[in-house]
Amino acid sequence: MNAIDVTERPGFLAYALAIENEAVERYTTFAEQMDVTNNREAAELFREMARLETLHAKEIEARIGGQTLPEGASCEYAWPDGESPEAPDFSDTHYLMTPYQALTLVLEAEQRAVEFFETIERAGTDEAVRKMAAEFAKEEREHVRRVRQWRERYPPPERDWDDDPDPPNQAE
Amino acid sequence: MERVVTSGAATEVTLKPKDYKSDIKPVWCPGCGDFSVLAAITRALAALKVAPENVAVISGIGCSSRIPAYLDTYGFHGAHGRALPLATGLKISRPDLCVLVAGGDGDGFSIGGNHFLQVCRRNVDITYIVMDNQVYGMTKGQASPTTEPDWDRSKLTPHGTRINAFYPLVVALASGANFIARASSSDPNGAAKVIGEAIGHPGFSFVQVLSPCVTFRPEQRDWKKIVRPAPIEATTDPAAAARRLMTDDNFYLGVLYKGNRAPFEPDSAGQPSTEQELEEEFKV
Repeated sequence: MNAIDVTERPGFLAYALAIENEAVERYTTFAEQMDVTNNREAAELFREMARLETLHAKEIEARIGGQTLPEGASCEYAWPDGESPEAPDFSDTHYLMTPYQALTLVLEAEQRAVEFFETIERAGTDEAVRKMAAEFAKEEREHVRRVRQWRERYPPPERDWDDDPDPPNQAE
Repeated sequence: MERVVTSGAATEVTLKPKDYKSDIKPVWCPGCGDFSVLAAITRALAALKVAPENVAVISGIGCSSRIPAYLDTYGFHGAHGRALPLATGLKISRPDLCVLVAGGDGDGFSIGGNHFLQVCRRNVDITYIVMDNQVYGMTKGQASPTTEPDWDRSKLTPHGTRINAFYPLVVALASGANFIARASSSDPNGAAKVIGEAIGHPGFSFVQVLSPCVTFRPEQRDWKKIVRPAPIEATTDPAAAARRLMTDDNFYLGVLYKGNRAPFEPDSAGQPSTEQELEEEFKV
């Protein structure tokens, strides 16, 4: 396995770009899931997240410019919890999930991204990488703040939010 | 990841996992583990750099058997339980292809149960990925071969099945599978690495992926808190693998066994090689 060194500048940028790209892919998948189950509000919300993460990925690409980054398959990145921090778990969606719950998933993902960059900022050995990590962590903290504000527009789910008198799949 | 693929010519351009996905949107329930397995398969293929046109994914029937439609490779959605013989025939006639078989526990261990035994014995160079959720999801929640005997949530088995669950890894080892592993949908990157290794290993490779059914077995959402890496490295010794399985609680992840049997090669001497020759044989 060719591990990509996150403590060096090209490796760090490869990780930063992978975080955004994986988030785009995950939110696109979630939007499609919600389309299929006719949860339009959550679908729109996840689609908007995919659009925002695409913009972030483009910003990082612009920063990378012509630099050559280490090549690595997506499964070769050594993420702290196995998966890219900004990609919520596949199992955390529900066909009846409310916008508040969808944004809670997003919020948690953004918080994990903050932690990821803060860890590099603290533990990095290359001063330029630490500086970039601090900058990225600051951006992610801003995302956390905005998502939290966004979530305030919606009420928390009611206790019986997943009660469905006519579910699409029922045990037979 | 070991980058040795015994079949399926590599692509010259760098492909990303999403390049292996088709435009068809999965109709699985949100939260289903199979989304993660789909991601793991595409990640494994991208890591191995196998060209999509050199991959064929064969399936039977069931929720997870929809997977060929969601991939931009060749695929065949076959009859219930018959994916393994289809894949065997394909691999024997087209050994240049990377042949994957994907399906669920009901399709693979019940309807296709005997094929599973024979394919392990035969050791054709194919990779079998079983998304195990211990239930028949597509037909609305009946007990499957891997369901625990006391699971009583189905109307068909209100007192549980009261029969022992099928242990696929044990059966695969006893029947001669050449590569045996378990992965979890809660760790798509870990599953991708195991699937990639399975594809690269010669002979019949079997990967059980614990993939929760969030609709009919919602309690399986907790699997991600239970699964953990197996404390022992993969072995080439079937006796050592068997001993490890004696203490297995079905939640240890990783490669259990990597055998070194040579893959099955058909004896094609004197066999018809063209359609016309084949028709000649059956002429009355």
